[in-house]
Amino acid sequence: MKIKRFREVLGFNILRLCVWAVIFILIVILYDIISKGAGVINWKFLTQAPKNGMTEGGIFPAIVGTFAVTVITALLSIPLGMGCAIYLNEYAKDGVMMRIIRMAIRNLSGVPSIVYGLFGVILFVQMANLGTSILSAGLTLGLMTLPWTITASEEALKNVPKSYREGALALGATKWQAIRTNVLPYAVSGMLTGTILGLSRAAGETAPILFTGAAFFLPHLPKSLLSQFMALPYHLYIMSTQHQAISKVRPIAYGTALVLIALIFVMNISAVVLRYRLRKVKTE
Amino acid sequence: MNRLRVITIAVLLMFLCIGLCMAEDKMIQIKGSDTLINVVQKLAEIYMAQKPGANISVTGGGSGTGVAALVNNKCDIANSSRSIKSSEVEQANNKGIDPKRVVVAIDGLSIIVNAANPIDKLTVDQIGKIYRGEVKNWNELGGADSPVSLYGRQSNSGTYDFMKEVVMKGEYSSSLKSMNGNAQIVEAIKQDASGIGYVGVGYVKDATGIKVLNVAVTPGMGYFSPLNEMDVKNGHYPITRPLNQYMNGVPKGMARDFIIFELSKEGQDIVEKEGFFAVPAEYQRYNNDTLGIKGEVGESPVAKYSAQGRDGN
Amino acid sequence: MGKHNNLKENFIHGLFFLNGLLVVVLLVGIFALLVAKSVPAFKDISIREFLFSASWNPTATFVSPSYGIKSMLVSTLFVSIGALVIAIPIGIGSAAYLSDVADRRTREIVKPVIEILAGIPSVVIGFLGIVLVGPMIARIFHIPNGLNALNGSILLAVMALPTIISMSEDALNSVPKSFEEASLALGATKWQTLISIKIPAALSGIIAASMLGMGRAIGETMTVLMATGCAIAMPKSFLQSVQTMTSTIAIELGEVPYDTTHYYALFGIGLVLFIITFVVNMIADIALHRYQRVIK
Repeated sequence: MKIKRFREVLGFNILRLCVWAVIFILIVILYDIISKGAGVINWKFLTQAPKNGMTEGGIFPAIVGTFAVTVITALLSIPLGMGCAIYLNEYAKDGVMMRIIRMAIRNLSGVPSIVYGLFGVILFVQMANLGTSILSAGLTLGLMTLPWTITASEEALKNVPKSYREGALALGATKWQAIRTNVLPYAVSGMLTGTILGLSRAAGETAPILFTGAAFFLPHLPKSLLSQFMALPYHLYIMSTQHQAISKVRPIAYGTALVLIALIFVMNISAVVLRYRLRKVKTE
Repeated sequence: MNRLRVITIAVLLMFLCIGLCMAEDKMIQIKGSDTLINVVQKLAEIYMAQKPGANISVTGGGSGTGVAALVNNKCDIANSSRSIKSSEVEQANNKGIDPKRVVVAIDGLSIIVNAANPIDKLTVDQIGKIYRGEVKNWNELGGADSPVSLYGRQSNSGTYDFMKEVVMKGEYSSSLKSMNGNAQIVEAIKQDASGIGYVGVGYVKDATGIKVLNVAVTPGMGYFSPLNEMDVKNGHYPITRPLNQYMNGVPKGMARDFIIFELSKEGQDIVEKEGFFAVPAEYQRYNNDTLGIKGEVGESPVAKYSAQGRDGN
Repeated sequence: MGKHNNLKENFIHGLFFLNGLLVVVLLVGIFALLVAKSVPAFKDISIREFLFSASWNPTATFVSPSYGIKSMLVSTLFVSIGALVIAIPIGIGSAAYLSDVADRRTREIVKPVIEILAGIPSVVIGFLGIVLVGPMIARIFHIPNGLNALNGSILLAVMALPTIISMSEDALNSVPKSFEEASLALGATKWQTLISIKIPAALSGIIAASMLGMGRAIGETMTVLMATGCAIAMPKSFLQSVQTMTSTIAIELGEVPYDTTHYYALFGIGLVLFIITFVVNMIADIALHRYQRVIK
């Protein structure tokens, strides 16, 4: 009995160690980046363009670029993702078609990001002749986030009780009316939350924008959607591997990493807050 | 009512998007060599400070990337630390692109090792053997007993090609660690006591923890350092190379103006300040020919011809 | 009115159907495009050479260019399997702890930790590979440079952990309570129940989690590009620099003139990558389905 008990305690402690290891990893990552990155972050760093061969100045164009691309990503990904989720959850009947669509979604979410990059180069940069631009990169990321948006939206739709739909249908509403008035208003907060989480992942992606529009250095902010752009993740990549004086710009690289992580964190938090607020509005 | 508003907003957004797309984006795109990016970006910064409204973007990615961009009509000027290949000229011509070259700086490609490495000179032949993987241990060259660890650039680099074509005259050993840029090689060599790497001379000027080797064609012809301006300029240092910019046809307008600035006294001073060497007379003549300038060698083309260049556009 | 409404309803239904179909079109489109762009490569390269030769040197000038992807294929598997060896035990251990040992408060603390970890961009992880993990490996193993396969494996393990943990935890949680209760009633300790009842019952779910983690590791680009040193040689040890398939595409796609053999060959690598991740995901899918059937 004692041995059994000893084994259990030992086993559970090993498991606990695993969890501690995971927490430790995160602490190390955040500590390293915050402790070395916080020092360079100030108002100038956030609002100025890189100067003097990118050894001085800030990362403002990269912040703007990432923001612009994420907006395009959202414009493509949100409507299409929601539409697909509505089809799957409200219209589609169990059957071959549904199975195929679901399989496609699962596989799309497993397609490597660099393959989306290849796809974007051909489809947007070359065939659609958008060139290397904000638009090309945003659309590429939009396609990449599609499976995440769909899954999140569907999750939200599933949470709306069946009775809501049935109630509306019983009152003589058409299917679309029922969805529009009795389902979407209740699902939209969940849909947006999930979508923002997906977008935050897109904002941190580098591989798909390598060939679709990210630039090493641009003197001015992008003027149109067909301009190339600087982006935070790409900026971090070149600052840590390609810049002409890597050790000199290491603090800037740390600062960029911190801003990128903070941005993603803020997006996640705002998703949670948004969900909370929308929920409150509804219950009032 | 609500719906009307949504539709209005959507339509407005659409127009905004279209408007943004149509907005013209006039910018000189310079792309390519990592060896040159340092200098060219500095030149562009100073040029833009002097000429309000000038808009130049400088991107790296390697000479191959720059030349490929030129061939694919994706940039105005391609920086290249190697000369364009005949196959690339052919591809360019097929797409209606006519590559023209100017030489903006001279580089003494520097062979570097860790500061602790006792070796301080090599012949071109020995460097070739090292990079082809035929010499595997430093003791074969009279150094310490430790395996050579090779650092080089990725295949999109002009320096990678230049080493292969001119110095090694053979293919790289597959154990070559491909670094993303010159600075990354310097960083690696600092830490790697048995490492060897090659970088543009502009990258070794202020570097510490590394040693720049003296190089000879044959021991009898004497060893020279790339840090010595005269030895590089008169060709005593064996791995000297021009750093080039390629354009589609003779450049016009802003691009031409910028190139003339680069080649002016002021531009060439910046080149030297960044650790590379100014373009000697023979290349100045070559550049003037390319640009269609009939000037005296050694004279600043800017003083004499910038007005003409600007009128011409 | 009714007819009009009907028409409108059908129209809307059709619209959503097309929208749903879009994902299938996208998946098929990606595949078709990769095939279309890689087929021309095989006019100059034999498929045999492409898959089974370890020599990749498309820019060779002194010998004829070679397009063998074997060494990067092996490198990719090398790094990914290394990552799994690290991530699976920690991942399953954490999942088991969260589902069976931890109290609610601990779970509430660890959940966001895992979410934040999952949200850290790959380029940041790669950056840490250069500044943190690389020097650490160099010091521990007394090697001059820490940019190698081991570095890549460690980083990919960190990236695969959140997927493995949350999916394994779901799998463990959905093992019917009756299994557990029966085991405990027979006098088994909680530990014995976990090891010999719950984990085996959730096994296919855990396998699915690991496969998805592996799929992610195989397809990851930035971390391996930044942290593995990128030497094209066949990997022999974990302390050697390697270059994966994703790195090769990332490095070389920017340089090649469009529509050359080299360009097509890079799409060929993309196609191989697509097929591998597709198969890995399918295995995960099948495992998951079997698991759900068993649980029901």
